[in-house]
Amino acid sequence: MNEKTAITLAINGRDHPITVEPRRTLADAIREDCGQTGTHIGCEHGICGACTVIVDGEPVRSCLMFAVQADGKKIRTIEGLANGDKLHPMQQAFMDHHGLQCGFCTPGFLMLAVGVLEREPEIGDDDLLDVLASNLCRCTGYQNIIKAVRAAAKEMRKG
Amino acid sequence: MTWVGRAIRRLEDPALITGQGRFTADLPAVHWVRFVRSPVAAGKLMKISAPKGAMVIAAAELKGVKKITPMLHKFNYKPVGQPVLAESMVRFTGELIAAVAAASEEEAEDIADQIELSIDETTPVTDAHAALKAGAPQVHAEAPGNVILEGKVKTPDFDAVWKNAHKIVKVEARSRRQNATPMEARSGHAVYDPSNGRVTLTCTTQMPHLTRTAICDVLGLPESDLRVIAPDVGGGFGQKMSLASEYVVLVWLARKLKSSVAWTEDRRENLIAGFHSRDQHITLEGAFDTNAKLLALKADIISNIGAYSCFPTTCGVEPLMAMAEMPGPYDVQQYACLARGVVTNTCTMAPYRGVSRPVITFTLERLMDKAARAFAIDPIDIRRRNLVDKFPYKSAMGLEYDDASYKETLEMAVKAVDVPAFRKRQKEARAKGRHLGIGFATFSERTGYGSPAFAARGMEITPGWETVIVSVDPSGFVEARIGSSPHGQGLRTTLAQIIADEIGITPEMIKVVHGDTDRAPYGWGTFASRSLVISGGATLIAAQKVRAKLIKIASHMLEAAPDDIVLADGSAKVAGTDRTIPIARLAREAYTQTHRFKGEIEPGLTETGHYDPPGTFSNACHVAIVEVDVETGHVKVEKFVVAEDAGRIINPMIADGQVHGGIAQGIGNALFEEIIYDENGGILTATLADYLPPTAHEIPPIELHHIETPSVNSITKAKGLGEGGCIGAPAAVISAINDALSTFGVEIDEMPATPQRIRAALRNAEKTA
Amino acid sequence: MKPAPFVRHVPKTLEEALKILAEVAPQDGRVLAGGQSLVPIMAFRLAKPAHLVDINEVAGLDKMTSDGKSLAIGARVRHAAFHKSVVDNPLGQLLSEVARHIAHYPIRMRGTFCGSLAHADPASEWCLVAATLDAILVAKSTRGERTIAAKVFFAGIMSTALAEDELLAEARLPLLSKDTIFGFNEFSRRAGDFAMAASLVTYRLQAGKIAEARVGIGGAESFPRRVVEAEAALNGKTPGDTVFRAAAEATAKAIDPLEDHQTNADYRRDLVRAVVRRALEQSAS
Repeated sequence: MNEKTAITLAINGRDHPITVEPRRTLADAIREDCGQTGTHIGCEHGICGACTVIVDGEPVRSCLMFAVQADGKKIRTIEGLANGDKLHPMQQAFMDHHGLQCGFCTPGFLMLAVGVLEREPEIGDDDLLDVLASNLCRCTGYQNIIKAVRAAAKEMRKG
Repeated sequence: MTWVGRAIRRLEDPALITGQGRFTADLPAVHWVRFVRSPVAAGKLMKISAPKGAMVIAAAELKGVKKITPMLHKFNYKPVGQPVLAESMVRFTGELIAAVAAASEEEAEDIADQIELSIDETTPVTDAHAALKAGAPQVHAEAPGNVILEGKVKTPDFDAVWKNAHKIVKVEARSRRQNATPMEARSGHAVYDPSNGRVTLTCTTQMPHLTRTAICDVLGLPESDLRVIAPDVGGGFGQKMSLASEYVVLVWLARKLKSSVAWTEDRRENLIAGFHSRDQHITLEGAFDTNAKLLALKADIISNIGAYSCFPTTCGVEPLMAMAEMPGPYDVQQYACLARGVVTNTCTMAPYRGVSRPVITFTLERLMDKAARAFAIDPIDIRRRNLVDKFPYKSAMGLEYDDASYKETLEMAVKAVDVPAFRKRQKEARAKGRHLGIGFATFSERTGYGSPAFAARGMEITPGWETVIVSVDPSGFVEARIGSSPHGQGLRTTLAQIIADEIGITPEMIKVVHGDTDRAPYGWGTFASRSLVISGGATLIAAQKVRAKLIKIASHMLEAAPDDIVLADGSAKVAGTDRTIPIARLAREAYTQTHRFKGEIEPGLTETGHYDPPGTFSNACHVAIVEVDVETGHVKVEKFVVAEDAGRIINPMIADGQVHGGIAQGIGNALFEEIIYDENGGILTATLADYLPPTAHEIPPIELHHIETPSVNSITKAKGLGEGGCIGAPAAVISAINDALSTFGVEIDEMPATPQRIRAALRNAEKTA
Repeated sequence: MKPAPFVRHVPKTLEEALKILAEVAPQDGRVLAGGQSLVPIMAFRLAKPAHLVDINEVAGLDKMTSDGKSLAIGARVRHAAFHKSVVDNPLGQLLSEVARHIAHYPIRMRGTFCGSLAHADPASEWCLVAATLDAILVAKSTRGERTIAAKVFFAGIMSTALAEDELLAEARLPLLSKDTIFGFNEFSRRAGDFAMAASLVTYRLQAGKIAEARVGIGGAESFPRRVVEAEAALNGKTPGDTVFRAAAEATAKAIDPLEDHQTNADYRRDLVRAVVRRALEQSAS
């Protein structure tokens, strides 16, 4: 039962061949087996959203997927969001609007917002608020996160 | 133009938004630790049966390890020691019993699952009132009647004033148990260095130096053998102040295994055993004269402090803070108070943002609202009649309030919400069966207080002062090493702004170093809305010394009088001339050309500042507008308005962020968050689907207005503001709920005001109507 | 909080899946679909299945088809598939209205319709839909295929009529007549939390009177169901406040309320009364 399986996690365009037990969550595999510690773990039961990553274009909770289920899929994490030194508009907006304080929930919020906006660029303000209610932040009181995401959404629509 | 006062972008952000933050749980380790915790609330620990071959550490192995025994020298405090791992007794669900070390977290948990505990269960007591009853189970033999401390105060003329008062108004307030819930739960990583025998403990602490002191005390180590690092820390809110026994075990294990060991707390552990707070009963009575002027206050404060006394603040932190600051922003000179800390079979209480003040503000503001009703006057009016408006003001407890704007912020907030327009809207909504309410909370927030404040509490450890070392290195760049330990507050940016103004460079050239006992001077960390005031003050003092030295060097090199030297834009200039020299050059000379100064200037460019201020009071008025769904009990906070005065604002963007975050937690505390024990002392709210921090949906737009009354008790003129949002919001929200429900004859004096509680009150009112 | 070890099986065909399930079911084997409910309870080690039959790669189960009478939803169809109407029928709008109340966006990316039914959380929105609309559930095993009516499918809190070796391969929802009117309402403390009470109502209007009323209630009892007393209070009546209140009251009376630390029986009845009336009001607005 503790036998390990060889899989490849393709994270931000780079293949990570790893061997994991089937029970290893995608979140743990990204962090511990692939060393990409920008993805954070806040609750491990799918409520807080700190571990949100984009798998094959879908924003998902990486604590609720097993790593073996992501074998061969395209995974995007916070480390791959900027284009070299050029910040993604969402990252820039979080900085400009003070959408973060301790920064622990931030990668999850960024991946959530980017993941949803890439799928639904024309999403309305109310629906966007519903989306942002997916994740928990304990520092900011959310108002600056909402401002940041709305500003970045505009930027992203401009392309 | 100064850097102070500007909303510059945070220097912390580039790493955090790109996934380059460095948090404790990011570190790899050879051994992973899983703790075995008590599944029951009370009992005698008989036997621990572990699977063969597993590495399991229990109390018996920790020979020579002392108990954690925080001390208070006043208030009839009963010192109660907490074993690092439970010895003969277990006293709350989640208490540490053993540690398992294995090659992975999964494996450690597999082993922990197989460990069998034999515990002779005894009847627990979880409620403070129940614990005070005769015949209640005794949690500690050292604390008979379960009272671990008792504070009493009565002003000399109290009885006479009380007797002659026109009207007595009373509130019995209840605040339920809460958990600070930082998004990063606690974690620790200890690694042994065989070359020198030292251990480096990286952990999620708000106070690295005191963590080192505490662990070395308990393990009997010289402090030089332990380095404590607080890397990026994912929020603390007080929970990460108190010493986690888990860290003691990690350091012990790293030394035993001569290797690295790590523990990452899971969310369930955090909710069960990661410290709780706010579990209080307060009965508060106010004596008023015929003009609704408050003459005297009488408080009975019962604080459920859980099973042990937390280190370093001790369990006095809640009851004694409540006792000292109960009168709040109101002018009342007669005061009597009994404040008791009660031990129970529940998770240990520790500071949580606001410490008691969210509860006492909610209680006092309920009292004022009830008094307004008793006098048939407007709730705003009764506040106008009673707020302190002459400074400095000495409170009945002897606290000195520095210049503030209690009345001005009230008027500012009242104007901003347009009360008459709201009352009209409220009336129209009622006609349609919708119930809107408005609630006001005015409060003072004692911040930035130094060691005398802690000494007054009788604390063995008085965490007051701060030290900052500012160095300009030979490259001309600046490093400020600080004893505070920020974890989201933006101190790397705000302190850089303070230094930049003093020595004429940009904040980007300044690195603030913190959270490492090898790199930072001894200090107390970040808590109690203190860091910008105290560390900021020490920073200013150190930076002023550096400035003076730079001017001295410049005056030598430019052959000008020191008074004529101006530091700005990276250069020293002789005023009124075009003679300048880059600051980087001055710095280089300070190290490499000291012979030029002929012994008149000491080498190097490093200065130290210490600061231990008396404390300053921020203030604010919070206004909540809510809609109560009377059928479901649901409360929607529609709008939140704040008029805030925290003295001089160093960075408005960061200051506003602190207020926003505090308000969100305050709304959570007011409406959603509650740790619930069952009758056996088990916790029913051990997941984030049961313990409910608010989401973006539950937090309304927040409108902020500012007054800046410079503080005379803070050399930067800044006051602290980290906790204020959380202090005022519960009172404002619950006041608004009561306003909305005023036509039903219902009063809610409990937080959180959950929908079930609101419905129960309404149902009762319907029955009796 | 890491799951206990298990063996993962990754069948590519339904036959293979059923064969493996038949083998491992007696050894504490379970089906893994979206995992959004199962993985959390495994993380808490409240469930420690020894085998997981991961159906995420089984061909064909991601299909949604309609034969003009019903909509067949395959076992791999995710909640997010319903963000937009999936069928040109009032059912399509009903499903997308309900879908946005299910947990949160990232959960809806992974969680499946059939998985929700098989998990049978009393508060599940899809279980309420299945019960209210009298869905037909298609269970498959190596022993064959059988259909189960929603009315008998739900058996208790997280308990269904599925045998341990059976896979809920498909759920069939009846298409609604074009003039069907519906309303949905749920109450939860925070956005996206489990409903503490939820109601789905559907009916038609015949000469201005309510006909074929269905009143479903979820989150209030061990499993969702239709409330005949409420339906009787509606049928033949003109929609309006009095009638809606009567139906809500009838539901509150009829239920045997679940109780927990935040919801006693009285409060659950209060919520039931509110959500039924509000669902009816929404239907009429």
